[in-house]
Amino acid sequence: MYSKVVMDHFKTPRNVGEMKDADGMGEVGNPVCGDMMNIYIKVEDDHIKDISFLTFGCGAAIAVSSMLTDIAKGKTIEEAKKITNKSVAEALEGLPKNKLHCSNLGADALQLAIKDYEDRKAGKVRPPARPEDRHEHTHGESCKCPYCNGDVNAGLEFCSHCGKEMNDSH
Amino acid sequence: MSIINLDYISANPLLPEVQDAMVKAIKKNYGNPSSSHRLGDEATGVLELARKSITALINSASPEEVVFTSSGTESINHAIKGVALAHAGKGKHIITSNIEHNAVLKTLRRLMKMGCKVTSVSVDEYGLVSPADIARAITDETILVTIMHGNNEVGTIQPIKEITRITREKDILFHCDAVASVGIVPIDVQELDVDLLSFSANQFNGPSGVGGLYMRRGVKIWPLLDGGDQENGRRAGTENLIGIVGAGVAAELASREMESRVNHAKNLKDRLIKGLKKKIGDIIINGHHEISLPNLVSVSVKYIEGESIVLMLDEENITVSTRSACASGALRASHVLLSVGRDYADAQGTLVITFGKETTEAEIDRLLDVLETVVETLRKMSPLYNKVQG
Repeated sequence: MYSKVVMDHFKTPRNVGEMKDADGMGEVGNPVCGDMMNIYIKVEDDHIKDISFLTFGCGAAIAVSSMLTDIAKGKTIEEAKKITNKSVAEALEGLPKNKLHCSNLGADALQLAIKDYEDRKAGKVRPPARPEDRHEHTHGESCKCPYCNGDVNAGLEFCSHCGKEMNDSH
Repeated sequence: MSIINLDYISANPLLPEVQDAMVKAIKKNYGNPSSSHRLGDEATGVLELARKSITALINSASPEEVVFTSSGTESINHAIKGVALAHAGKGKHIITSNIEHNAVLKTLRRLMKMGCKVTSVSVDEYGLVSPADIARAITDETILVTIMHGNNEVGTIQPIKEITRITREKDILFHCDAVASVGIVPIDVQELDVDLLSFSANQFNGPSGVGGLYMRRGVKIWPLLDGGDQENGRRAGTENLIGIVGAGVAAELASREMESRVNHAKNLKDRLIKGLKKKIGDIIINGHHEISLPNLVSVSVKYIEGESIVLMLDEENITVSTRSACASGALRASHVLLSVGRDYADAQGTLVITFGKETTEAEIDRLLDVLETVVETLRKMSPLYNKVQG
């Protein structure tokens, strides 16, 4: 299913770990969607001197994180800003279609980390993470059917009132 | 290094006796049971022999109540759609549960688009349906209740007898999806008092491509496939004779070895659960702890995702299954795990470990050793674990 490069980065991921003294941090995703990624950067002389990641996710998500940190390491901030999901996916010699979102996640996390670094440098205070960003539905909370407004049972893939298919956007 | 297969529910080996019978049938029984000459007679002979073995496995009153199909999925579609079509004049309401297999859920969804009404009852934290909930859901329009026997994701076995007591009294048909149970635990259709029961040979060391549907004598149901008069006019299409021969032998072996297989599986399950609790912290064993399939362990490993566990175990030649959304290609976590109260993250880190008569204690121990390392490696990478650790 995965390319050799993906499996290599999955099995022996580079740059794993939290960075306590990071100059910038980017966090994307959440467990509801199945993956979550943190990217930490240390910047010196406008270069990404060090970079690391923590990832909750599938093989592709871990490989993307590893490859991304490898690519970004040593780059100038301006160069790092040009790293896209496409360049990461290409470096991994492709990802299965249903895993392309993993590469988006990686690129987004890096850009957020860079923005965080620049904001801190400019003296901006980061807004605290909004609770509504964490879309963590737990058992017991009921969602409303977007079609008929009936209570949606989390166990069903369709609304038991009107029969419409449920999707992740509920 | 040989493969340690702990994903029996996806695929399990054809037993040597099954292979031999099928090879023999390939060479000898190419006849069509519908033919009236000697080749046809020979084919009919082996077909009916296989049907008798299945009849014995589920303790049906007569071989005439057993219909061969192409899969558990076809049997389920046949049972539900066949009843809905045959009884449309009486009503259009069907009752099911939140933890059914997609073969049931998607069949019902299709029927809803055609005007049927469906009530789905919830389960408790162990995955058990409450018969009282079923009783409450019944209306004058109800024509069918469909509830599974053993659940394929968490293993819980439903109180089928208590439910059929209600449906029998109300004169409502009952279908049981017993795909994960038949050949694994004793199933007695007369004791359970079901009207329809679906099963599949590939769950008990038989070939894929052979399913079966038990239809109690007198049950009014339409065929799913129209055409020739095969299976007494209840399922048209030339029989998959080679597969059916294999299914028959697999059923015969399952009947004969049922007690020893169940005991063997229980021992392995016990060993696996004890080992998991001892070696790995922050886990949840899903499903009912006693009323459960003996060959299945469902475990949610907190803070990590299932597909990465499966890949890392695969590198060590160990196969297990996960219900994580990433691995299944679905975009959301398993409806069964959410129904028994797992949150999204825990559902993503859930493994389903299934085994059979060839599985050894040494293989279970090997899984435990490797899994311990894999979990440690993945947790070191996990932002969720990092947060908990502070």
